[in-house]
Amino acid sequence: MSDAPILTVEHLMMRFGGIVAVNDLSFNADRRKITALIGPNGAGKTTVFNCITGFYRPSGGAIRLNHDDGRTIHLERLNDFRISKQASVARTFQNIRLFPGMTALENLMVAQHNALMRASGLTVLGLIGAPSWRSAERAAIELARTWLARVGLLDRADDAAGNLAYGDQRRLEIARAMCTEPTLLCLDEPAAGLNARESGALNELLLSIRAEQGTSILLIEHDMSVVMEISDHVVVMDYGVKIAEGTPQAVRDDPKVIAAYLGADEDEAIAVMEKAN
Amino acid sequence: MSVTPATSSHTSQPLGSAFILKKALISALVALVLFSLMIGIRTEAGNQGGLIYWTRFGDLATMVGVVFGGSIIVELLRQWFGPVETDKVVPKPVRAAMSFVGHWLAPALLAFALFVPVIFYHQRYILDLAILVLTYVMLGWGLNVVVGLAGLLDLGYVAFYAVGAYSYALLATNFGLSFWVCLPLAGILASFWGVLLGFPVLRLRGDYLAIVTLAFGEIIRLVITNWQSLTGGPNGVSGIPRPTLFGIPLDNSDDGLAAKLGIEFSPTHRLVFLFYLILAMALLTNWVTIRLRRLPIGRAWEALREDEVACRALGINTTTTKLTAFATGAMFGGFAGAFFATRQGFISPESFTFQESALVLAIVVLGGMGSQLGVALAALAMIGGFELFRGFDQYRMLVFGMAMVILMIWRPRGLVGHRAPTVYLERSEAISSDLVKEGHG
Repeated sequence: MSDAPILTVEHLMMRFGGIVAVNDLSFNADRRKITALIGPNGAGKTTVFNCITGFYRPSGGAIRLNHDDGRTIHLERLNDFRISKQASVARTFQNIRLFPGMTALENLMVAQHNALMRASGLTVLGLIGAPSWRSAERAAIELARTWLARVGLLDRADDAAGNLAYGDQRRLEIARAMCTEPTLLCLDEPAAGLNARESGALNELLLSIRAEQGTSILLIEHDMSVVMEISDHVVVMDYGVKIAEGTPQAVRDDPKVIAAYLGADEDEAIAVMEKAN
Repeated sequence: MSVTPATSSHTSQPLGSAFILKKALISALVALVLFSLMIGIRTEAGNQGGLIYWTRFGDLATMVGVVFGGSIIVELLRQWFGPVETDKVVPKPVRAAMSFVGHWLAPALLAFALFVPVIFYHQRYILDLAILVLTYVMLGWGLNVVVGLAGLLDLGYVAFYAVGAYSYALLATNFGLSFWVCLPLAGILASFWGVLLGFPVLRLRGDYLAIVTLAFGEIIRLVITNWQSLTGGPNGVSGIPRPTLFGIPLDNSDDGLAAKLGIEFSPTHRLVFLFYLILAMALLTNWVTIRLRRLPIGRAWEALREDEVACRALGINTTTTKLTAFATGAMFGGFAGAFFATRQGFISPESFTFQESALVLAIVVLGGMGSQLGVALAALAMIGGFELFRGFDQYRMLVFGMAMVILMIWRPRGLVGHRAPTVYLERSEAISSDLVKEGHG
C-alpha cells in the first residue's frame, strides 16, 4: 500500500483544432479520498474526464494512475476500453448512459463482462455449460444483487433500466460502474437533476463506497451541497486552467473562484463577499 | 373557454360498441353515396346514340356491406392491437387467448415441423417449399445475431451464403470431400470472410456500414462471376454431390438406403432426409443463439446495440465484440449455403444477388429484431406467402408491398417486438419494444 496519490495529472493539454480546451492542468487525486473537479460551464471539466477515461487522447501532458499494488499506469497511452479493463478506472456520464432495453440486473451483468468472459472460457466453457462457468455466473449475479441492494433498487432488479425513475437511473449507473470493481471511480455530475433528498442519499452512497470498497472517487459536480459536504479536496477550473485548489472551505472563500462563478472581476468579487459576510 | 379534462380524455380513448357501430355506419353511408353512382347505376351508349342505363343494387348492397363489416373489424383490430401511440383496450378473453397463443405457438410450430414429412409425404411441392422456408428460417436466425442482437445493419449477408455454397461445391467436386466434412469447413470459411469484412467496417456506423456491407456482397458475387477458372463463372458449378446418410447414398443404386433397408426406392426419401437435415441445422442455429444470448458475449452484443459508448466505458472491447457477431452470423450463413448447394446440386452466381440479402433482412425486420420466434414466423409468411400468391403472378409484389406497409404501421418493431431478459432474480418480464434500441450500426 503506497501513499502516493491514486491519480497524478501533469501538464495536461487538450486542443481541438485551434481551441485549447484544457491548458497545462496539473492536480493530484488522493487515494481513498473524494476529489471534486468544479468550475463554471465550459471550463473544460468533462474534457479532463474524457482524457482520463480514454475517450480523448490528450494533446500533451501525462496522466498517471498509481495502483495499490505499486503498478503505475500511464493513462494517456491507453485508450478506449483498455482504461477500464487494464487500469480499472470506471466512469459514469453526465447524460445517463444505461442500456435502457435491458433490465437493471442485466446492466450490472454487462459491467462484469471481462471477468465473466474469462470464466466462460471465451464462450466455449459457457456454451457447454461447464460447472466452473455456472458458479462464476452465480457469483456475478450475487455481486449484482449486492450492488442493487446498496443503491436501493433490489425490488426493481427485473425492470427495464429505461423504465426506472431518473434518480434511480443515476444510482443504477453508479452501481454499474462499481460492478467493474474499479480503483478509481469517475462521476460526471452524479447529482444533476436530483432533488435534495436524493442528493443526500447520493452523498451517503459515495461516502460508503469510499469507506467500504476503499475506492478513490473523482467527481465533477455543480451541486455545491454535494461538493462541500463530501469532498476532501476540490480543484477549480476556469477556461481550461486550474484557478484554485484546496479543501472545500478554502476554495469556497477564494476570491478567484467566486469571480469565476459570478463572471466578475476579482475586486468586485471581494466586495460581494464582504457584503455577504 | 377552458377545456375540461373529460373532453380531452374522451378523444384519446377508444370507446365501446356504440362508437364502433356509429363509425361503421358513417363509413357505410359514405360508401353508399360514392358507390351509388359508381356501382349502383351503369350507363352505356345505346345503338341509336341514346343513353341506356340499368341498376345494380345487389352489387351496391354487397359493397356497402363489405365497408360496414370491414370498418368494424378494422376498428376492433385498432383497439386491440393498435398502431403505436394509440391506447389499447383489449378485452380480457382476447388478451388471455393472445397470451396462450404466445406461450404455445413455438412448441406447436416445432411439433408441426417434425411431422411435415409424414403429413405431406405425397406432396412433393409442399415438401420442397418447406425445405425452402426452413433454409430462410436458418438464414434469418443467422442474420438475427448480427442485426437483431448486435444492432449492426448488414446488407451483404448473401455473401456468406455464397461463400458457404461455393466452399462446399468446390471442395466436393475438386477434392471429393463429403458433405459432413465440408459443412464445418464451409462455416469456418464463411466466418473467416465475416472477420475479413468486419475489420474495415468496424469504424463505420449506421448507413455507412450498410453501404459497405452491400458493396461487399456485390464484390463476392462479381468475383465468383469473373473468376472463371475456379468457379466456372456465370455457368456455375454443377454435379455437386448429394448428401449421404453418413456414407449411405439416398439413390436407387445397390448400396443405396432403399436397397439396404429392403424397401422400394422413391425420390421422396431424399427430400425427407433434406427436410430433417435443414430442420436440425436450423434448430442448432436457434439453440446456439439462445445459449449465446445468456453468455457474456451475447449480453455484450445486446449492450453494444443499446449503447456503444457505455460499453467502452465498462471495458468491453467493442472491436472484438463486433467481429464475433459478424463471424457468428456469417458461420450460420455458411452452413445454410452448404446446404443450399447440396440440395440444388447446381449453383451459379445468380442465386446470390442482392435480392436475397434484402429478403433475409426483411425477414429479420418483419419478425422483430432479436426475436427467434418472430423471425421463424416472418420466414414462413414471406416465403410461404410468396408461394401462396404465385397464382396472381402480376399482383404478387403489389400485395406483398401492401402487407409490409400495413405491418410496419401496426407493428413497427416486427411481429414479436418485445425482448425477453437473459437473466432475472424474481420474475422474467418481457421488455417493451419502446425501450429496446435498434442499434446505430
